[in-house]
Amino acid sequence: MLTNADFLALDGKPGDFTAKIRQRPRYIDADSCTACGLCTQYCPKHHVDSYNEGLSITRPIHIDYAQAVPATYYIDPSTCLHLLHDTCQICVPVCQSHAINFKQQPEELELKVGAVILSPGFGKIGEDTLAKFSYGKHPDVVTSFEFERMTTASGPFLGEVKCFSDGRHPKSIAFIQCVGSRDLGCDNGYCSSVCCMYAIKEAMVAKEHDPEVEITVYYMDIRTQGKDFDKAQQRAEAMGIRFIRAKVGAVTPWENRLQLTYSTLDGRHEFDPFDMVVLSVGLESPRDAKGIAEITGIELNEYDFAKSNTFDPLTTNREGIIVAGAFQGPKDIPESVTQASAAAGIVAGLLEKQRGQGIIHKDYPAEKAETDEPRIGVFVCHCGINISSVVDVIKVENSVEDMEGVVYHTDSLYSCSQDAIETLKKTIIEHDLNRVVIAACSPRTHEPLFQETLKDAGLNPCLVEMVNIRDQCSWVHAGEPGAATDKSEDLVRMAVAKARKLKPLPAQTVPVTAKALIVGGGIAGMTVALTLADQGFESVLLEKSKALGGNLGLLNHTLDHSETASHLKALVAKVKKNKKIDVLTNASLEQSAGFIGNFSSVISAGAGKSKKEHTVDHGVVILATGGHEHRPDGYLLEKSSKVLTQQELEKRLAGTSKNRAPDSVIMIQCAGSRGDDLNYCSKVCCNHAVKNALQIKELNPASQVIVLYRDMRTYGYAEDAYREARLKGVVFIPYDLDHKPEIYEKSRKLHVKFFDSLMQEEVDMTPDLVALSVGIVPDGTEDLSKLLKAPLTDDKFFLEAHVKLRPVELPVAGVYVCGLAHGPKPVDETIAQAQAAAAKAAIPLVKGSVSVDPIVSTVDEDTCIGCSLCASLCPFGAIEMIKVGKKRKARTIAASCKACGICASHCPTFAISMGGFTNDQINSQIEAFGKATEKETAEV
Amino acid sequence: MGKGMEHRAGSVMVVGGGIAGVQAALDLTELGYYVYLVEKAAVVGGVMAQLDKTFPTNDCSL
Repeated sequence: MLTNADFLALDGKPGDFTAKIRQRPRYIDADSCTACGLCTQYCPKHHVDSYNEGLSITRPIHIDYAQAVPATYYIDPSTCLHLLHDTCQICVPVCQSHAINFKQQPEELELKVGAVILSPGFGKIGEDTLAKFSYGKHPDVVTSFEFERMTTASGPFLGEVKCFSDGRHPKSIAFIQCVGSRDLGCDNGYCSSVCCMYAIKEAMVAKEHDPEVEITVYYMDIRTQGKDFDKAQQRAEAMGIRFIRAKVGAVTPWENRLQLTYSTLDGRHEFDPFDMVVLSVGLESPRDAKGIAEITGIELNEYDFAKSNTFDPLTTNREGIIVAGAFQGPKDIPESVTQASAAAGIVAGLLEKQRGQGIIHKDYPAEKAETDEPRIGVFVCHCGINISSVVDVIKVENSVEDMEGVVYHTDSLYSCSQDAIETLKKTIIEHDLNRVVIAACSPRTHEPLFQETLKDAGLNPCLVEMVNIRDQCSWVHAGEPGAATDKSEDLVRMAVAKARKLKPLPAQTVPVTAKALIVGGGIAGMTVALTLADQGFESVLLEKSKALGGNLGLLNHTLDHSETASHLKALVAKVKKNKKIDVLTNASLEQSAGFIGNFSSVISAGAGKSKKEHTVDHGVVILATGGHEHRPDGYLLEKSSKVLTQQELEKRLAGTSKNRAPDSVIMIQCAGSRGDDLNYCSKVCCNHAVKNALQIKELNPASQVIVLYRDMRTYGYAEDAYREARLKGVVFIPYDLDHKPEIYEKSRKLHVKFFDSLMQEEVDMTPDLVALSVGIVPDGTEDLSKLLKAPLTDDKFFLEAHVKLRPVELPVAGVYVCGLAHGPKPVDETIAQAQAAAAKAAIPLVKGSVSVDPIVSTVDEDTCIGCSLCASLCPFGAIEMIKVGKKRKARTIAASCKACGICASHCPTFAISMGGFTNDQINSQIEAFGKATEKETAEV
Repeated sequence: MGKGMEHRAGSVMVVGGGIAGVQAALDLTELGYYVYLVEKAAVVGGVMAQLDKTFPTNDCSL
């Protein structure tokens, strides 16, 4: 990890690049800094805190936030008195660990790398664009980034929303959407894709803080096209947040408030006063985009983002250089995470031959044999002054003196510092300790470090017990040092009691069958198979129909004018030719059993007489089962030959019939979606409608094309196509749910009746053709969900393990999802997601084994009555029922267990115990706590 | 990490340590590659670390 580092140059060729990097000095030695924060307290100079968007003041010597990585302070040379004027240096003697070093110089490094991933993120919209809305002129006009820091509980205002002008709580807040997006005035013709969603979030958070506040969002289209995002908007509306479709013309200061001027669809101009205005600023290309392009030779698009295409969304014109995240195009967190994994998968394919060469393997001494007699060492940490300024550390340390089993105790300024860790290791060996109690900070952050130290000292890592006397004592009881010390003693005594009962737990590893099963042979499934094959892994690709291709075969071209048929043909040929991919058509998954690394599935494949069953052993499963167009009722679909879906229209337009683009076409968006039959937005239909409308205009420029829509969701660069369609004369008319378009037949003529919100009147037309944007429903997810115990959303799409951070993994270990089975999405997103799923699925295949955290549940077969309550409750499918002799017994599948403890807490016969948290251990902790009460009672 | 490790075979450079860069780096190490994560700021995490909560779970971003 090289922070404070500038990317200067790149030479060489794919597989053998040389990158030049300059690392600017931090002026603080990372190995010595303990992040105690004393230096910031003493530093006399003010420094505007850019982490808090300038809302607060910090010091030149600081850390951005407590959880920062690396957790080392740094000195900002732009304001430090010593670096600017050669004075001060107060911080140097203040630092107890002598970490400050003003002699540090910039260092130039040359890195030999096989490939490069560019993920520089995005830039911010220029202030001149914001100035149109009085930003900079009136303090109560803020950007959404500033508002975000304001609402953050740990932020500079502790979550309190306040007007900068006079510190009052705003009673009315306006959000203005599309600031710096969809705006040719600032050369940003694209939609930033994320602002609608974050504005809704910020509005809801503000409303939670103060239910009285009135919030209005001024928007052109609400673009909540992401998975389950519409539901968030519905919640926001239910909370009383108002949404007004209007274009905001100006924000002007008006006494101590702000006046918003806006025009609505029907041409009315209105004025509304607000206490605070939040600008929903878009995402720009990163500030150094041009520099990066120059260094690397990659091409940028007209907006200075990396140039990409639909079928290879992450590759650039330079081989070996991949892009990911917002630099590839404005996008939200889950998509950035998806692209990041996808980029890793692509690179892993490019550098397949060098895999493993760069990894450092660490050896540990053999574990000491278990002995009966516990020899406990207790280490109490001062944490600088974090603990010792409140808790009497020495008193706590001495309190363990007479405890049974304790053979050693000491204190330490920082237990986690490099030298303290060395001392700990030596002490364990010298005093032959076999249990360690560390009274310091949180095991959440530091337990892995101490476990690692135990391993280094030849002890099982499960023989350490941590006591959090910082968070739970010195921090929360900062005002009561005596009580905090008493509580620390209690907690330490309880930990020692538990430590006596600690048992070494074996690290378990499970071997992995290095093969993947891919369900679904559309673009998603094929991409997974090829990405895995590039990395050297075999897969079985299962397709339910007779040919590979899926929905891509039903399309003619993409919005960026890439032709689909030739691409698909080439892709199918590549898959079939690849020796690592075994394609089974007319196939279905009949049975699947096992767990990550060790699945065994029965597949029936082939049509008619050649149908037979195959049994496949595989380590991972990737679900790429796709979806299909929904067929809504009530729109005369199937009943009138003049009513088509967008997919059918695309096929017709690609045909040769003379009248394929007639003179009058009406398109109805959200037919059956967003609260109709389907409760969600299908993300692709608006783009599809725009694409077909442009094609009609191309074939027949005189054709009148009307698109009736609720919100045009042409996010990202699709906004350009939407603008082009309007310029070419396609008419877009919004409708709301109270005025849904009606479609009926009368005297053999097809009628569409709708309310023209621009002219404010009811219109009845007889178009030659009606195209319905019908939305997407997933295929076969319910059966697979039962088979693999993989949960679904309410809308029957697979539910990912974490919607933001683990978007292609399912909660069941070893099962991954991509494409339409995860949620509606266009081709480029499907490809990136498939590459990401392949990268994630390759991880256990590369390792060859999965290691299991030793803290898993175990079932005592003698006590188990085979009621199977635990198996039915386990959210991870990690308990199986087996036959032992004639009796049913539960058994934990260690590789799937996440150690949540639900099974153990529900077992009616206490047959299940959790490694590291056995009933015996917890009972002795509770008893130890009780002893204090006895002591206190005796004293009274 | 840092000095003296500039010549590893099978290594990859990731430019930018926001959520995309960090995720790519983590996945690459799990896939068996050595990664140089190059970040111009003093900390990794990028914009996501500035966010209070994220939709729909309102999880803390940090």
